[in-house]
Amino acid sequence: MTPTRRSRWWMGPLAAAGLSVFAAVGPSASEPTPLVSATRFLSDDLRAEQQDETRNRGMLWVDQGADLWRREPAPSQPSCAACHGDAKASMAGVAARYPAVDGTTGRLQNVEGRINACRERDQKLAPLAYDSDELLALTAFLAMQSRGRPVSVATESPAAAAAVETGRRFWSERQGQLNLACTHCHDDNVGRRLRGDTLSSGLPTGYPAYRLEWQGLGSLYRRLRACQIGVRAEPFQAGSDIHIALELFLAARALGAPVEAPAIRR
Amino acid sequence: MTDGIDRRTVIAGLGAAVVALPRGAKAEGPSDLFRAAERELAKGRTIRDGRVVLDIPRLAENGNSVAVAVSVDSPMTAADHVRTIHLLSERNPIAVIGRFHLGPRAGRAEVKTYVRLATTQNVHAIAEMSDGSLWRAQGESVVLLAACLDGG
Amino acid sequence: MRPRRIVTPEKAKAGDVVEIRAAILHPMVTGHGSGGPNSVPRDIVHTLIVTYDGAEIFRAEMFPGIAANPQLTFTTVATKTGDVVFRWVEDSGAFTTETRRLTVEG
Repeated sequence: MTPTRRSRWWMGPLAAAGLSVFAAVGPSASEPTPLVSATRFLSDDLRAEQQDETRNRGMLWVDQGADLWRREPAPSQPSCAACHGDAKASMAGVAARYPAVDGTTGRLQNVEGRINACRERDQKLAPLAYDSDELLALTAFLAMQSRGRPVSVATESPAAAAAVETGRRFWSERQGQLNLACTHCHDDNVGRRLRGDTLSSGLPTGYPAYRLEWQGLGSLYRRLRACQIGVRAEPFQAGSDIHIALELFLAARALGAPVEAPAIRR
Repeated sequence: MTDGIDRRTVIAGLGAAVVALPRGAKAEGPSDLFRAAERELAKGRTIRDGRVVLDIPRLAENGNSVAVAVSVDSPMTAADHVRTIHLLSERNPIAVIGRFHLGPRAGRAEVKTYVRLATTQNVHAIAEMSDGSLWRAQGESVVLLAACLDGG
Repeated sequence: MRPRRIVTPEKAKAGDVVEIRAAILHPMVTGHGSGGPNSVPRDIVHTLIVTYDGAEIFRAEMFPGIAANPQLTFTTVATKTGDVVFRWVEDSGAFTTETRRLTVEG
């Protein structure tokens, strides 16, 4: 059963103040459990950089994405713009609804999967690899068209509901040599310091993010993979069913939270 | 939601798996490389303290990217201006981080960028003036490691 | 040519000091790999030259201690309408250029 998410009147001003806190109501809790974005734990300067598009280093990829959107990928193959027009209009709020079930194939897809489906079907091109500059640029550009908008994934369809449940099980199951589940850090120990970092609620809303550790922009997959390596678990493959299911669970858990991509992260 | 594991057990488990103390919390002194770079810059001139303001965070979120802002008190006229701002590191493998050449057309002697710091250390901003004089500011930044040794 | 991003005003009054921010997408490979110094060859953007109406107004010499995707912020005095030209040069010899027109009134 998906927990109910309700937007509280005080979230708007708090979000505007950059505190990135919102409340969620679990199935058995009578008090809201605050889910905290990692933005809250950034230094003032990094948070300022995230919120200022003239400074945010992730914008290098957004700009590249804007170029790729307009460019014909190969002679006689249509550009994204040829079908979708001006992204500011046609893609507004779209990334906030992903992962989503593809209307044609019935498959659950994240943004990367949807881009590659378009490439193969309509542009007759090979799919782009995860964390290639090109795929990062396009996902960052699309995320930008949802920046500030609330996550609004659909979870009612049988395929989506099943994926949320699969993702929730993954979230709660111990893994790796450290034998920890995501929930142990990102539900039970939010706000506590772990060496140089402070544990957040593990929201997906900042991704793709410019991560100082990576010295560049990286995908949500890359961050999930890093977490798994962090507990010494074998990471799942990019684009695998479990990967996409977890992304949908994370988005469902973050319903109503504002998209912050491209975020700045440590 | 959880299986009843208490928080103290979780944190203790994590502590056992990773090094307890943050590395590099105390600055070591300037390296020979730094001293050599400083001598080469100075060419026998004295580097005086003052006129330069160096903004560097006392705690670096990540050594890969540390925000640095330098400004110099100077009228920036043709007769009296900052020629170059030098950024030097006391403990990096290469002492010179960057040189920024300005001149009277700058209007203000200011430059901002992001630098890499290999470890907790002092960073020096040295301004070379149009009259050949050298002025300095320095600041320490503590570099901590990131939490998850993810390598991914 | 690498992705780059310039932030600068389009218009200014003569005599105004304008702030310019220039960034380029580049990993700035230091050359200090896990195999020791020079185990991976250095590959950085080593210079940014900025000219305004043909004259050099800013030049940055960068070394491996500059962070990846180098972003530089500096200032210049608005004198007359003209092109501000940015040229980044890499170790390989490859360069990236970008131009912004600054319109100066008064």
